[in-house]
Amino acid sequence: MATPNWALAAKKRRLTERARILTEIRAFFVADNFLEVETPYHIPSNAPEPYIDPQPCGNWALHTSPELCMKRLLAAGYERIFQLCHCWRAEEHGSKHLPEFTMLEWYRSNCDYRQLMQDCENLLTVLAANKNITYQGQQIDITPPFEQLTLKQAFINYAPLSLQQAINNNCFEEIYDRHVEPKLGNTKPTIIYDFPVSMASLAQVKKGDPLHAERFELYVAGLELANAFSELTDPEEQRRRFNADEQQRRSAGKAPYPLPEPFLRELDNMPPSSGIALGIDRLVMLLTDADDIQQVVTFCPQDL
Amino acid sequence: MYSTSDLKKGLKLMIDGEPHVIAGFDFSKPGKGQALYKCKLRNMITGALFDRTYRSGESFVPAPLEERDMQYLYQDETGYVFMDTKTYEQVSISEKTLAEDKYFLVDNMEVKVLMFGEIGIGITLPNFVNLRVTMAEPWVKGDTAAGNNKPATVATGYNLQVPSFVEEGILIQIDTRTGEYVTRVKE
Repeated sequence: MATPNWALAAKKRRLTERARILTEIRAFFVADNFLEVETPYHIPSNAPEPYIDPQPCGNWALHTSPELCMKRLLAAGYERIFQLCHCWRAEEHGSKHLPEFTMLEWYRSNCDYRQLMQDCENLLTVLAANKNITYQGQQIDITPPFEQLTLKQAFINYAPLSLQQAINNNCFEEIYDRHVEPKLGNTKPTIIYDFPVSMASLAQVKKGDPLHAERFELYVAGLELANAFSELTDPEEQRRRFNADEQQRRSAGKAPYPLPEPFLRELDNMPPSSGIALGIDRLVMLLTDADDIQQVVTFCPQDL
Repeated sequence: MYSTSDLKKGLKLMIDGEPHVIAGFDFSKPGKGQALYKCKLRNMITGALFDRTYRSGESFVPAPLEERDMQYLYQDETGYVFMDTKTYEQVSISEKTLAEDKYFLVDNMEVKVLMFGEIGIGITLPNFVNLRVTMAEPWVKGDTAAGNNKPATVATGYNLQVPSFVEEGILIQIDTRTGEYVTRVKE
């Protein structure tokens, strides 16, 4: 008789908790009049993001996020929608990344990203039973309101150089990863907002502040859980940004990518909206005190 | 050549002209920006451990390493001396490089020696080795409860936990991968 797969059997506690989390997420959104939707995984083109590589599949690709189809639903008059789905990003693997992972996205019409900050507070409050999360030995109080920091202030607080210096010296990622992220969300969840416009290709520029986009990221215990923005609704501006991103992709030697024309066409009808993507695997890591993403999924590519 | 997408734990590559092994690996994409490949690297000659972070697009030269079948001969002031079983060429490896492995060497033992050019930088031991217990507390008669372990020392100076019935002078088998007691060897 073959040896039982003990490593898989040992995941049962976390996989049971994962199922509970998914059930509660659905109940949370349904109770707030959100419609659960499913959009195709296999699509002709993703948004041409310079640092996200789609997994090719035939002549098309697997979606890196359901974002474009979700926004077409907004444009067609669906006002509150959410989706739980798998997404694929080529060659992303590490303790917090899998090339195939589970995403929760939700979108609201007629509101900006501040409403999504509240949604995050409410959702985490529902999921963490006693308003506390213990993750890798640290206790995080998740009673709202969460801490809010501009990206610029986070660099002032934690980094040896300013945000602008880091960008000018082409080391934003290194500094953010090493000095800033580990400090975020350690006593309370932290919302980092006011990203430079150059770091938010699908987001609305902040009203009265042309240098910043209405984008935020949610951190708990140093883990980036979610990325949100007030959606850009101007098709011409969106096309300009996509072209610039596509140019950057090509000059980095990446395969040419067709623009998502139906999305660009219908964007004109999209009401002011905001949307957010939350990594379910990382959320389960946080709520089950797992230090590696492999512990919270049934199988990883190397197990298959 | 390796690219950043080949980086993973255990990969051996050349950095600043010396062979290194990736002892720890992680990936991140802070702020949805460029991907970072975060490596904990061990210099395979000096044993030095340090962190280095790479971005997509960097490339790496594989470390030119060769494994050779050798026999352990003896220890002298240069370190532990091994002989190639085909060419009879001798190679000495320092105590520091061998680390814990030195405790499991028995005269004439066949091992695989990892070579970087003419430098021996590590060995692969057989999975099991028999070593004689040189120091252990006497067995208290009647103490047969499983899990009642006690400290013991074997001929190479290695300390480990053994069951209470193992006494001085007894030959025991040790798993070299975990360093743990396996069984008592009948002579």
